[in-house]
This record gives sequence, C-alpha cells and structure tokens, in this order.
Amino acid sequence: MTKAITVSGLHKAFGTTHALDGLDLTVETGEVHGFLGPNGAGKSTTIRVLLGLLRADSGATQVLGKDPWKDAVDLHRRVAYVPGDVTLWRNLSGGEVIDLFGRLRGGLDQRRRAELIERFELDPTKKGRTYSKGNRQKVALVAAFASDVDLLILDEPTSGLDPLMEEVFQRCVEEERDRGRTVLLSSHILSEVEELCDRVSIIRKGRTVESGSLADLRHLTRTSVTAELAGPPNGLAQLPGVHDLDIQGLRIRLQVDTDKLDAVLRSLSESGVRSLTSTPPTLEELFLRHYQEDLQENVRAAAVRS
Amino acid sequence: MSVAAPAVAARAAHSGQLTGTRTLLRFALRRDRVLIPVWVAVNTLMVLSMPGTLKGLYDTPAARADLVGQLATNPSLRAMVGPLFGDSIGALTAWRAGVYAGLLAAVTSLLVVVRHTRDEEESGRQELISSARVGRRAPLTAALLAAAVANGVLALLIAGGLAGQGGAGALATGLGIAGVGMVFATMTAIVVQLTESARLARGLTSAVLGAAFVLRAAGDASTDDGSSALTWLSPLGWLENVRPYADERWWVLLLFVAATAAQGAVAYVLAGRRDVGMSFLPTRPGPAAGRLGSTGALAWRLQRGSVLGWSIGFFVAGVVYGGLADGATDLVGDNAKAREIFQRMGGHAALTDAFLAAMVGMMGLVAALYIVSAVLRLAGEETSGRAEPVLANAVGRLRWAAGHLVIAFGGATLIMLVASLGFMVGFGGKPGPILGACLVQLPAVWVIGGIAVLLYGVLPRGAMAAWAVAGVTLLIGWVGPALNVPQLVLDLSPFGHLPKLPGGEMQWTPVLALTVLAAALVAGGLVGVRRRDVTG
Repeated sequence: MTKAITVSGLHKAFGTTHALDGLDLTVETGEVHGFLGPNGAGKSTTIRVLLGLLRADSGATQVLGKDPWKDAVDLHRRVAYVPGDVTLWRNLSGGEVIDLFGRLRGGLDQRRRAELIERFELDPTKKGRTYSKGNRQKVALVAAFASDVDLLILDEPTSGLDPLMEEVFQRCVEEERDRGRTVLLSSHILSEVEELCDRVSIIRKGRTVESGSLADLRHLTRTSVTAELAGPPNGLAQLPGVHDLDIQGLRIRLQVDTDKLDAVLRSLSESGVRSLTSTPPTLEELFLRHYQEDLQENVRAAAVRS
Repeated sequence: MSVAAPAVAARAAHSGQLTGTRTLLRFALRRDRVLIPVWVAVNTLMVLSMPGTLKGLYDTPAARADLVGQLATNPSLRAMVGPLFGDSIGALTAWRAGVYAGLLAAVTSLLVVVRHTRDEEESGRQELISSARVGRRAPLTAALLAAAVANGVLALLIAGGLAGQGGAGALATGLGIAGVGMVFATMTAIVVQLTESARLARGLTSAVLGAAFVLRAAGDASTDDGSSALTWLSPLGWLENVRPYADERWWVLLLFVAATAAQGAVAYVLAGRRDVGMSFLPTRPGPAAGRLGSTGALAWRLQRGSVLGWSIGFFVAGVVYGGLADGATDLVGDNAKAREIFQRMGGHAALTDAFLAAMVGMMGLVAALYIVSAVLRLAGEETSGRAEPVLANAVGRLRWAAGHLVIAFGGATLIMLVASLGFMVGFGGKPGPILGACLVQLPAVWVIGGIAVLLYGVLPRGAMAAWAVAGVTLLIGWVGPALNVPQLVLDLSPFGHLPKLPGGEMQWTPVLALTVLAAALVAGGLVGVRRRDVTG
C-alpha cells in the first residue's frame, strides 16, 4: 500500500455553511505532507473527518486503508494527533496526560518519552491549568512523538512554541520521516513547511487548489531576476513569459515564468552580465497567489459597501 | 499644602481602581439575563404562594394558635423550618418560607459571584478584560453589584407581594432574605480568592451554606425562640430572628449589613494581594508519570471529588433527618390538614413512616440534581475540546461516554445508599425498610439521568435543558403536595409514580417500568452520541 490518506470529493456542511466543498487530498506513505490554507479554509474540518470525529456528508475517505468513521478505534491505534489548541484537565499533570494518551493508543516508548521531555524542556509535574499555551502544545507533541504509530496528524502543532522549540519540533518530524512514518502537517509557518514537506496541498474555501511537490509548484510560478548589464538590454520585452519588466539604464528587473527562464538568461548574456540575482518563488508567494483572489474580492466587496 | 491633599490623591487612586465597573456590571447583567430572573422568579413565587396555602391549611385563629403551641414542644419541626413567633398568616409565611427562600437567595448569589469572578479567571477571559481600561477592583465590584441587583429585586418583589399581610413584616421578610443572599455573595467573594477552580469554589461555598443550615437546625431543635448560640452562628438563624410579623427586630438586619461589609472587606484585601488567575491555595505539582490507563479511570479521576462531596452531604442529611423523625409523630399533631400534607407527600398514615418517606423522597429529588451534573460532565468535556484528543486515540465513543455514565448512575446509587446509612444512624430502627426506601428512589433518579443522556446525545447544544427538567421535577415534588396541584401535573414527575416507602406497599410495576424507561433513554442517547459529529 502506498497511499496513507486518500480523500476525494469530500463535502461537509454545518447548517448553511459549506466547510468542505469537494476537497481532494492524497498523502503517500512515508512522506511529510504540508496542508496549507488561510483561516477558515477547512483544514481542521478535514483533519477531524480524517479522525472520524466528524461524519462527511459525501465523498470517499480512506486513512491507512480504512474508513475513518467506521473503523475509528482500530485506525486510531496507528494514528497520533496533535490539535492546534490543546486543552488539558486542570488537575492532571502533564506527565499523567502523556501516559494516559499513550496507553489509550496502545503503548508508549518510555525511553523516547523521557528523551522527548528533555528535548522539549517540558516539566511533566506541572498541572494542566499552570501550563502556558506553548507548554500545553509540548504535552501533546511528546505524547504523539513517543507513541508507536504509522501516521501523525498535526494540526498547526507549533502554535505558541518559541523558535528553539520550533527547531526541536522540526528535528522530530525529520526523525519520524526517517523511520518511515507518514506525517500530515497543517501549518501557517511556511518556512517550516518548506523545510519539512515533500509535497504540499493548498486548499481554499473547502477545495484543493494546488497539490504537488514544492519543485512542481515552483515550476508553475515566476522567478524574479535582477541584473546589471554591460550593454543595453535587447528584446527582453518581446520574450514569452516575461512580466513586470523594469529597465533603468543598464539595470533591469523582471519576473519570468520559471519554465521560460532559459530564453531570458540567453538574452541577458548577449548584452553581457555584470551581476545577477535570481530568486526562486517562495512558498509564501505561491500561497499568496491563491490567497490574493480572496483579498481582492474582499477589497471589492468593501468598496461596494462603502 | 493642606492635609487634605493626600486624602484627595488617595481617593483619586482609589477611584481608578474601580474604572469600568459600570460597563462590567451592565455586561454581567446582560450575561445573566436568564439566570437571575429565573432564580429570583422561582424564589418570589415560592414565598408569595405561601399566604394562600397557609390560609387554606390553618384557616381559623384557633388552628394557628394550635400550631404555635405545637412548635413550642416540637424540636423536629423547628429544626426543619425554624421557630414560629406569631399566629398571623404573615408570621406563618415568614416562618414557612423564610429559611428556604434564604437558601435559594444564597445559591443565586453564589452562582452569580463565581460566574463573574473565578470562572472568568479560570477561563482566561479575565486577562482580556483586565488588559482594557478596567480598574483592579472593578471585576469583583461588578460581580458583587450584580448579586446585589438580584437580591435587591428579590427583596422588593417579596416586600411588595406580602404587603397585603402588613407592610413592616413584608419589608422585614424581603430584607432578611436578601440579607442572607448578600452575606453569601461576599462569602463567595472570599472563597473565590482561595481556590483556582470555579467548580471547587462553588463546592466549598455550598458546604458553608450546608453548615449554616445544620447549625440553625441544631440550634432551633434545642430552643423554641431562636435564641441558641448555634442559631446565632448561622445567617439563616439571623433571618428567623428578624421575627417578621411578630414585633420585627430591625436591629438584626444590621448583622447582615455588618457581615456583608466585613466579608466584602476581607475579599477586597485578599483580591488586592494576589495576581490575576492565581489563588491563595496554590496548585501543587503532580506526578511526572501517570497511572491513568483508561477512559473509565480518567472519568473517575475527574469526578471522584464531586462523588465524595455529595456522599458526605447525603450522609449528613440522612443523619439529621433520621434524627428528626422520632419527633415527627407529635409534629403534625392534631392538625388534620398538615397531617394530610405529610400523608400526601409520604403516602400513608403512620406519621413517623410518612415523615421518613417524605424526607427520603426529598433526597431522591436532590439526587436527580447530582445525576444531571454528572451526566453533563460529558458535555463539558466535549465543548471544552478535551474530549477530542481522547477520542483521537483508540477509544470508542461509547466506551468514553460509559466511563462518565457509570459514575453518574452508579454515583446516584452510591449516594442514596450512603443516605440510607445516615438515616439508620440518625433514626435507629430496622435498617431494611429505610434501605429499601432509599433504593426505590433510584429508578426515578435514573430516568432524569436518562433524559440528560438523551438530550446530550441527540441535541448536544440543548444538553443544559436537563437542568430545567431536574428543576421542574424538584419543584413538583417540593411544592406540589402542598399546593393541591392536579394529579396530571404530579404524574409528569417520575418520582410521583414511586411507591411511598417506608410504610407503604412495595409496587414493582412502576419501579420496573421506570428502570426500563431509564435504560431506553440512555440507549437512545448513546445511539445519538455514536452517530453525530463531535462538537467543540
């Protein structure tokens, strides 16, 4: 079996709100898959369907080859989950919660538990109410990473973690991948996703708008090029795929579709290149490109209202 | 520079501490727009229904004089309701309703104050409020003022409603009841400084209220004019000592004022010496490794404190009421109608048995409140988001729900068993009948619990309506028999169908039918739990 998660045409409505509107998602076994989208796009709803906490209205969902609604208990032995906002029982210590979750999932690696507590600098004797947001996240992260499962579902797991702990988190995810485990990582921290994820899916308004490896996705977008030339630029504007061309004497700036980069470089070297900077599109730009439409719609709507 | 300047500066600094109180008070009253009116209305209706009922029961001055005479010789009845100081309808009303109206006013105040102080801090909402232009003392002040509004309206309604019996007595009754409310409002204000948990704050204050009731009961059992030192230790004892409609002793009201002021001052001092969200009883660290290994163990861990508290309460109540039962025979004495009421509550002629049956029935009604609170823990776990990560483990929803339901239904059984132990200690006599009487309440308690499970499973957003069901049942059982409510309404309550034990005849049909009904309700609720989305 090579697919850890397959979702197709997933619909879920809460009253009149359509949270999921035909969402598709495929996660290969053994990969770290980034799950991106603006607030309210339906990421958490999807994850809660994958965990069998919500019942889909329609669409096919398989997690580790099982139906998450019907086989929830069986499935959960092989899945660990970290929510984005961990609430703990005020009178239970963090250590008690970690062990409880471990036992409920069917076992905990005690050595790894101790090691993780040390790496995350967590005090397991504190009681629920006294933990800060970041420390509550750590309790759930330790419980998840210390359990012996095939799939980790992490819903914005690093909210509230400081940069040092964020680093520890990234190492932990890499170790999980090295052990052949599958990770579905929903996140807003794009650098984290860029660092960790093999493939990403971007969703918007309950639908998947982009899915693939980062390299594939970069291919679809523009590279920005800044250069200082030896001679006057020549014919750049006529080249296919060139946008936002800005020529200031011998200095040029332009955006080019990444698959048309070759022709631009040829033309530049004909003029002679003194210096050249080329920046590949960041994930942020990818993300914003899909997001932009929403922003523009909002601006339009605001204009109509006023 | 005049000496007045520092005083003025101090006052200015002081007024800054109260900035925003007005806004917070309006906000509190808006949030309480259902809670306060309902509690105040129930309390007012209970008091104002008394003159009519009592007029029907003791219609001649001779009958009323007779009652006064009996009370002089009857410690049991005095312990339950307090001593009687006059034979007018007004005096009888203040006597019969006073203690219980005071209890209701105290519970209202307790709920309101915890809700706007410790609840807000525990949830973290207080931080957001306090970061705005809000003075350090404003939240506590707004909470106490909200309680003062509730008690003030209650005093006005009662004084207005009883004015027909005589203005002075009406005013004294209203002010006394509101006074008990305010004493417990400020008592709560102290308790919420001590603990970080709103639930524990409510529990501790309820325990103090229970102790106040027991002190008054013990004091009144030993003297017939409310003069026992034990009575004077309890704010509920002060209430009877105001003696409405019997040469009102207005100065006793000053005790309420003094206690309210003193406790309020302590609360402000304590509040000023701690940080937001912190408390004087600090949270101790827990174990680094846990032994909890199942959802059942988790549920027990979360609910064991409440089971223990309810058990102690039921044992004490059993001992107290059991101890009173011996005097019950003289209690209703020659008054045919009062005898009739007890027989209607208790179901048969032997008065000791009738009294015991009435008291056991009362405990059953209160056990219904326990079972609702225990079942609704499920709703609390779910809406707070704590259920979600538990259910994301290899835990079936039914198994998870069962953990809490075993404690709810088993706990109800346990507290009724403990109550029967209390009755045995207090009353003596043969253990069998009283044990049977306590256990026979359970099918009705379970039906109320079953309704709560059904509501939670099928209409999770409406689960809190289970409290209304328990409240209506309590009201029917409490005031129904005295008010000549039609049988149709009495039949609505599952408790109305139970055989009247001890003394009556055991009827298996209704007991089994109610048990089956409870099982069906639970099953229906569980089907809902399994089929619906987890909210949160």
